[in-house]
Amino acid sequence: MPQVKRELLIDPLVDNNPITLQVLGICSALAVTSSLTVSFVMALAVIFVTAFSNFFISILRNQIPSSIRIIVQMVIIASLVILVDQVLKAYAYEISKTLSVFVGLIITNCIVMGRAEAFAMKNPPIPSFLDGLGNGMGYGLILMLVGFIRELFGAGSLFGVTILPTVNNGGWYVPNGMLLLPPSAFFIIGLLIWFFRTWKPAQVEKREFTIQTAEAH
Amino acid sequence: MSDIPDAPKGPIGRFLAASPDGVGKTIAVAVFICLLASMIVSVAAVSLRPIQEANSLVDKQRNILEVAGIYEPGIDIQEAFQSFEPRVVDLATGRYTDQFDPATFDDAAAASDPELSVELDNDPAGIGRKALYRTVYLLNDDQGALERVILPVHGYGLWSTLYGFIALAPNGNDILALQFYQHGETPGLGAEVDNPRWKALWSGKELRGDGGDGDLKITVAKGVPSADMQAHQIDALAGATLTSVGVDNLVRFWMGEEGFGPYLENLREGGV
Repeated sequence: MPQVKRELLIDPLVDNNPITLQVLGICSALAVTSSLTVSFVMALAVIFVTAFSNFFISILRNQIPSSIRIIVQMVIIASLVILVDQVLKAYAYEISKTLSVFVGLIITNCIVMGRAEAFAMKNPPIPSFLDGLGNGMGYGLILMLVGFIRELFGAGSLFGVTILPTVNNGGWYVPNGMLLLPPSAFFIIGLLIWFFRTWKPAQVEKREFTIQTAEAH
Repeated sequence: MSDIPDAPKGPIGRFLAASPDGVGKTIAVAVFICLLASMIVSVAAVSLRPIQEANSLVDKQRNILEVAGIYEPGIDIQEAFQSFEPRVVDLATGRYTDQFDPATFDDAAAASDPELSVELDNDPAGIGRKALYRTVYLLNDDQGALERVILPVHGYGLWSTLYGFIALAPNGNDILALQFYQHGETPGLGAEVDNPRWKALWSGKELRGDGGDGDLKITVAKGVPSADMQAHQIDALAGATLTSVGVDNLVRFWMGEEGFGPYLENLREGGV
């Protein structure tokens, strides 16, 4: 059993990562990764929400009518997200202003719904909690990697601390402004997926069809 | 039912054992979940509100300090804010009024109070109701002479109402800075109103032509300004036309006759 629990936590980090393998939750990964601090807080928020929504949904799983199960899951997830949003507004006001709508949009993050529907509805509370924790951390790991690259090369700093002094501030580093724009995260996530699949070839999907060669007339 | 061994006991036991797909149970579960979730959310919202409001007040004060150009990271915001003198202005006459205590006067509440606000017919800024009184913040230099005037402005952009401050020189014509402290415009496009480079464009612009005596000329527009508009035109944000139009409208509204116009005229003439 401990082995299974460890797998629930570790598997989603690389082998079954929600972003790089399942390609879920991309939109927020693009939006909030321009600085590491913001990525970190967003990652914590998503870890909290996936873990606890999985936990509560799993407790209620035998009582949730199947005809309204998605709505019931949404109510639980939405309440947790509002809770996170309110706490951030009270204790991390600056960061909550930067995250603005993206905390609210955790509700629509496919990872949260996906784990609730695929795992928590069928498994007991503790494994569900661990699964949520693992998937949240898998999401957070990619967020931090992308945030690291974007902030370091886009702004020359990490967690707001200057690492590469930029030309604007009298240093030598010419920052890559594109990395501060959301589309750059597409490239970085794409490269990460490429890297992960080269490292673990099992993740490479089979072709759905093979291109037929045209017959000569 | 009762002859089945291990039959669940009591109403709660029977409810939990019932098939979750029955109509009655579906409704009961829905009501229960909604009640529970709404209770949790309300408790969180109500218990955290005082802290959130305190944050929001400090944030507003910090923005006033920033727009006045005296903010530095790490300073004690509440202490630095003491150097400002808040005054309530009667917009119609453009003079200070002592009818209200500036320390407790609530601009937001006044804007929706039927006694203290009017509904606008001509409403370019999209604010619906206009308060008759607004709080302005005066910054005096060491000799007690007026140095900067900070005026609140707000108006509708693309998605949201933008709330901000505009800092003017004591002549009531030269813009020192413009800054929004609350809005919900698109990140990367409309939210570029927060971009320091765009905000820097406002510094040194003049509201009116002829050194303050002419018409209200300040505008946010695309393109190269003509010679007589050099001192009045701010380049619009790329990719955010509606936000730019909103900023244009709200600045022109609040600096015009309906807004702070009479007050600014008094400032120009040297006596409020």
